[in-house]
Amino acid sequence: MTPLSPLFQTWLNTKNWSLHPHQQDMLDHAHLASQLLIAPTGAGKTLAGFLPTLMELDTAPRKGLHTLYVSPLKALAADIKRNLTTPIQELGLDIRVEDRTGDTTQTVKKRQRVDPPHILLTTPESLALLMSYEDAPRIFDGLERIIIDEVHALAESKRGDQLFLALSRINALCPNLRRVGLSATVEDPHAIASLMARHPDPCKIHFTPALAPPDIQMLDTQAAPPWAGAGGAHSIPDVLDQIKQHKTTLIFHNTRAQAEIYFHNLWLANDDALPIAIHHGSLDKQQRQRVEDAMTHGALRAIVCTGSLDLGIDWGDVDLVIQIGAPKNVKRLVQRIGRSNHRYNAPSKALIVPANRFEIIECQAALEAVRENALDGDPRAPGPLDVLCQHIVLTACSGAFVADDLFAEITSAGPYHTLARADFDACLDFCTTGGYALQRYDQWHRLIHMGDGTYRLRDPRSAARIRMNAGTIQDTDTLKVRMKRNRGGKPLGEIEEGFAATLTAGDTFLIGGQIVRFEGLREMVVEVSRDATKTPKIATFAGTKFATSTQLCDRVLHNFETQNWGFLPQNTVDWLAKQKEISTLPMAHRLLVETFPRKGRHHLCVYGFAGRNAQQTLGLLLTKQMEEQNLAPLGFVATDYATLIWGLEPIDAPETLLFADTLEQGFENWLMGNAVMKRSFRAVATIAGLIERNLPGLRKSGRQATFSSDILYDTLSKYDPNHILMQITRTEALSGLVDFARIRGMLDRVNGLIEHRTLPHVSPMAAPLFLEVGKVPVEGQAIDRLLHQEAETLMREAGLDF
Amino acid sequence: MNTYSFTLAGAALVACPSGALWWPDQRVLCVSDLHLGKSDRLRRVGAPSLPPYETRDTLFRLEHDIHECDPRTVVCLGDSFDDQDAEKSLAPEERTWILRLQAGRRWVWIQGNHDPGPLDLSGTHLGTLPISPLTFRHIADPKSSGDVSGHYHPKATLNLKGRSLSKPCFLVDSDRLILPAFGTYTGGLDTKSETISSLMRREAVAILTGSKAIAVPMPR
Repeated sequence: MTPLSPLFQTWLNTKNWSLHPHQQDMLDHAHLASQLLIAPTGAGKTLAGFLPTLMELDTAPRKGLHTLYVSPLKALAADIKRNLTTPIQELGLDIRVEDRTGDTTQTVKKRQRVDPPHILLTTPESLALLMSYEDAPRIFDGLERIIIDEVHALAESKRGDQLFLALSRINALCPNLRRVGLSATVEDPHAIASLMARHPDPCKIHFTPALAPPDIQMLDTQAAPPWAGAGGAHSIPDVLDQIKQHKTTLIFHNTRAQAEIYFHNLWLANDDALPIAIHHGSLDKQQRQRVEDAMTHGALRAIVCTGSLDLGIDWGDVDLVIQIGAPKNVKRLVQRIGRSNHRYNAPSKALIVPANRFEIIECQAALEAVRENALDGDPRAPGPLDVLCQHIVLTACSGAFVADDLFAEITSAGPYHTLARADFDACLDFCTTGGYALQRYDQWHRLIHMGDGTYRLRDPRSAARIRMNAGTIQDTDTLKVRMKRNRGGKPLGEIEEGFAATLTAGDTFLIGGQIVRFEGLREMVVEVSRDATKTPKIATFAGTKFATSTQLCDRVLHNFETQNWGFLPQNTVDWLAKQKEISTLPMAHRLLVETFPRKGRHHLCVYGFAGRNAQQTLGLLLTKQMEEQNLAPLGFVATDYATLIWGLEPIDAPETLLFADTLEQGFENWLMGNAVMKRSFRAVATIAGLIERNLPGLRKSGRQATFSSDILYDTLSKYDPNHILMQITRTEALSGLVDFARIRGMLDRVNGLIEHRTLPHVSPMAAPLFLEVGKVPVEGQAIDRLLHQEAETLMREAGLDF
Repeated sequence: MNTYSFTLAGAALVACPSGALWWPDQRVLCVSDLHLGKSDRLRRVGAPSLPPYETRDTLFRLEHDIHECDPRTVVCLGDSFDDQDAEKSLAPEERTWILRLQAGRRWVWIQGNHDPGPLDLSGTHLGTLPISPLTFRHIADPKSSGDVSGHYHPKATLNLKGRSLSKPCFLVDSDRLILPAFGTYTGGLDTKSETISSLMRREAVAILTGSKAIAVPMPR
């Protein structure tokens, strides 16, 4: 056991603290190359991470960078800085702690490169940039430890890939670097460990279970949940009651739009004027800051929020977490529950509010999973190649490199340890020549091959341009929303450009909990004014919808099969019994398909339980096949469980539509022209460096010079369909928004067994689908026809004719 | 018919869905802002290497329109090349391709701001080209009428029952016509921008390109 030095022991004694076992464990193993601490919120992870650094710097004071701390949130870095400064001052240590994020000024950043602090707190993006300077070897000289906070959150995205690549580089500069990961509870600690450790180094895992199991239940609401919808508005009186009974309540929603609407309704019902606020990622930074400050001071009784509050910032006195709507994913639910009672050994208290009848079933399955501690998670795909391309170019910014050495370095990064040399070479070729089938303009390559496997930037001046465009976070194009200038010009937040484009003057919508009226667009800023109406004309702006996880879907199906109704309310049990009587319940190893007529239309309902994205793709594929078979489909709607299609012709043999081979073939053709592909391409091409988001000095005048990434996509699919970026795009789209992988999984699961029920009318389980929003019209030539009609009307109204 | 017919200063003109302008009485085909060699120029200034296929794609579409109309005169309304060097670094097969398109007809290169100097290619190089009652130039002259120009790459955005649709477009009022950019790698300037809305009269019409040329009142 590594004992604490007298200084630290005395300090702990004066605080009346003692080390938790896992904090001591981490200290005992501080000499290891890699350690990972898995512990619930409030378990003192920060101290566990930093204690060895503080002790080492106390025993052997020195200059220069000793420890790097990386976190996914800028706010977290600032938070940690506060939390570290107190003990450092109380201990009287001579340790400098600074943060370096996108918010740090250029002057400070320059100074940090010349004279680095002992402890530098940063984000993956800032670290990747720091690594790309020519003086990186000097900056990182003497670096001993790197602490990766919330490593579970980073591991889920490309930011993690970027970080682990940057670490492989830094490790080459500092061979004795020790890595420490701090993670919330995850389903597969070994997966995280092998991602963060230098491959093939071992990684010691310290596992700290929560001492008290969470106290989690479904909230009993006076009004039963509606048949469809996701807002949870029926729960408002009950939730207000809960807020009154607790000190501080966090109310989580799955999307920003739902949070906005819920907050608006909660406020209308808030007769006691309780201090309630809203917090989500689209709100203006200052507004978010105000809410965070009020929260830290305990001035708020409730906060309506989204994932932006998911990560481990210390918010103090939260004693209740309410999740509105099915959590879609057990892991996220557990992490959210952990936000309440931010003390290690006190049980977390949480309530979950299903937003519709079907979600009651899903919520019950999620509660079972939480109690059994069965977390879900899909195995992670190998590190994506677009991030690799960015890393190669950033490496070139720091100086010439030898391809073989870089390859060896990259395959020491967890996500890339299986990287094939051919894929690396293809990425290197893309960075050098563009990697096109048509090769010319040899003198203008971005990187130059110097002949002996060494590569460098052709034009060193392009380094600034490359750094400016680095990063893996994609801004969906958002526009700032402001009050109209003559009324103060107060910034309110951001909305997606696509949503802004559909607004016409006079439209009202919700943002930051207030209703505003769209006045116009001015220099890429949405100008609005306050509006006194009670209900917004346009309810929402678009938001990401998560698909229910495979594990949760399987659990629901399993409950159907075993007829495990658990604590389901009577109304739900009756509903399921009726479904069984009229049709049958969906099963895991058979695909339930219902056909029935309703209001002169023929309907087809496919209970695939494959998650929203896959069910949506299934809808697109099936309607396309139906078009070809002249079944005249009119439209469809998809939920996490089922796809409902309607059309003019009866579907007698739905099983012929559901052949795996036919679906797959239709998919291949459909995919290339798909909007989802174009969206994925845009992200991939931006990360890989083909599309520049920021051009020095070209922002405004350059508008007609820049053109849409769709043009590049169309050009490549016409002339160079096997280009590496097209390959990456395909891989991404298949597992992401298109989620064909889960359709395939579903087809494998049912193995050709299709249970077709021909019904005289709609079944109890299909009925709620008619109320779902987000119906997708099957267009064919419809958009052209619409445009034509609209054009004629407009010209006639304007009395124009040329 | 996928084209849209209209008149300017008494001349009967046809807007093709490709973005080309056809004047049947004079057998003039006019295209603007080809920006050939754009990916080449961007590479030279250190930008990422864009797919180098835009020149052939643009020529391919131009060839299609020439084949359809069989014009006596082809007018390229300026910014035909993304810069002066882009013209010099044309691949030999692309140069031959242009020569083939020029064979048997009059070919006019109007100077643009991207390609202000004379070109090595054959054809007539002019600042403006008057063919009564019209005048062809690169940038619109607010004082002139019967003015046919390009330069701005106009595009119009329409809101179709909650779906927003944005397309390159011709702009026409009683004095002038502005052509959309014909080149593959070109973006657009929205008709709602100050520059365009102050140039066009109130009753201006936007003719959207795409699978079919469709006229709407110019969105402002």
